[in-house]
Amino acid sequence: MISNNFVLNVIRFISLVLVQVLIFNKLNFFGYINPMVYILFLYWYPIKQNKELFIVLCFVLGLFIDFFSDTMAINTAATVTIAFLRPSIMRFVFGVNYEFQSFKLGNATRLQQFTFLIVLIVIHHLMYFILEIFSFGNIFLILKKVFSISLATLVLCTLFSSLFSVAKE
Amino acid sequence: MQQIINFIIRYRSFLLYVFFMLISIAFTIQTHSFHQSNFFNSSSWITGTIYSASNSVTSYFDLEDENRLLLEENKQLRYLLFNSQEKNAVQLDSIKQSYTITSGQIIKNSYALHRNYLTINKGENDSVFPDMGVISSKGIIGIVENTSNNFARVQSILNANSSINAKLKNTNIIGSLKWNEESYNVVQLIDIQRHVQLNVGDTIVTGSQSSIFPENIPIGTINKFSLDTAKSFWRIDVALFNDMTNLKNVYIIDNKNKAEILKLEEDSND
Repeated sequence: MISNNFVLNVIRFISLVLVQVLIFNKLNFFGYINPMVYILFLYWYPIKQNKELFIVLCFVLGLFIDFFSDTMAINTAATVTIAFLRPSIMRFVFGVNYEFQSFKLGNATRLQQFTFLIVLIVIHHLMYFILEIFSFGNIFLILKKVFSISLATLVLCTLFSSLFSVAKE
Repeated sequence: MQQIINFIIRYRSFLLYVFFMLISIAFTIQTHSFHQSNFFNSSSWITGTIYSASNSVTSYFDLEDENRLLLEENKQLRYLLFNSQEKNAVQLDSIKQSYTITSGQIIKNSYALHRNYLTINKGENDSVFPDMGVISSKGIIGIVENTSNNFARVQSILNANSSINAKLKNTNIIGSLKWNEESYNVVQLIDIQRHVQLNVGDTIVTGSQSSIFPENIPIGTINKFSLDTAKSFWRIDVALFNDMTNLKNVYIIDNKNKAEILKLEEDSND
């Protein structure tokens, strides 16, 4: 069971990196919208797992994306941030249920899953674009990018997550 | 001591987060300055191999367009060759040539970020090294920044750090070419004195002060111009000849006299 889980996560990791850099980084919808679907790794990752290992994994994930897209280390910073905040976000979204040992992502309601995804995406994108633009003189540019790209990421992530369901994991 | 260890154990995920965050911010800030970005770049072996594998599939889709472009360029070069007055147009003695040209293909392009980089499939094994110029048949693209054995990363002119010497065609009025990060087909030419007469549609080419590009490589045409805030220089928007979103075949230019020019400039600065 553990090894099964491990293999599944490795496959997810590699395929999300490849899908991100080979397909979605080249999308350039309207000239600047490149959805970041690799956030799904953080959405799908098993809940009751070692927190520290998870942060290290997300660091490596962000590093790979940065290597490929020449974006310095801003993907890494944004990904590590949501990896660290994930337990708090889950407590906020799923409430007390989350504390139970038997809780699974698939058991939550659709609305809760959706909210969880939205919060992850918005925090990640906010962090990402603040670091990318690196000055608050461009606050409207940051907000415009965060809004439009979050929307695109959300649509694609929702499609992907319903395509590859994690219900009974 | 016990308390310190307890503290570390209790807040271990927070400390881990702070540690990784500091690492990534250090990398980000370090790469803001030129020529230190050796770690984070797509010219490394693994990324280059994956990109060229993907490129070997996707490059078939636009073969027809690329062939047409190359044919047009050949036509132009033939025209120049047949109409040139000089009899020995091709100099065979390699010592007398000041530029060498390598051809390459772009395997990764980006133009939607603030600091855009391209990756090409030529590296040190093909004698491509940092600070060489990269152009396409229509105009300039950027400058090589990092190289590995088989790949090179090119700083695009659509990069906030980019600064290239440029001038008005057929004059010696020079300025520098920057990008204000707004549109991927418009760059800015600054440092042109206000007494200079400008017209919309004037052609901008590379200047003679650059040790990277030869003179008179086309860049674009003047789109609009206005005075800067100090009212002493023009701020010119230049519409690029190149479509930066659709690039494939490029030429990498090496100035053989570059080392000599740089050494001379360095000596005279001392």
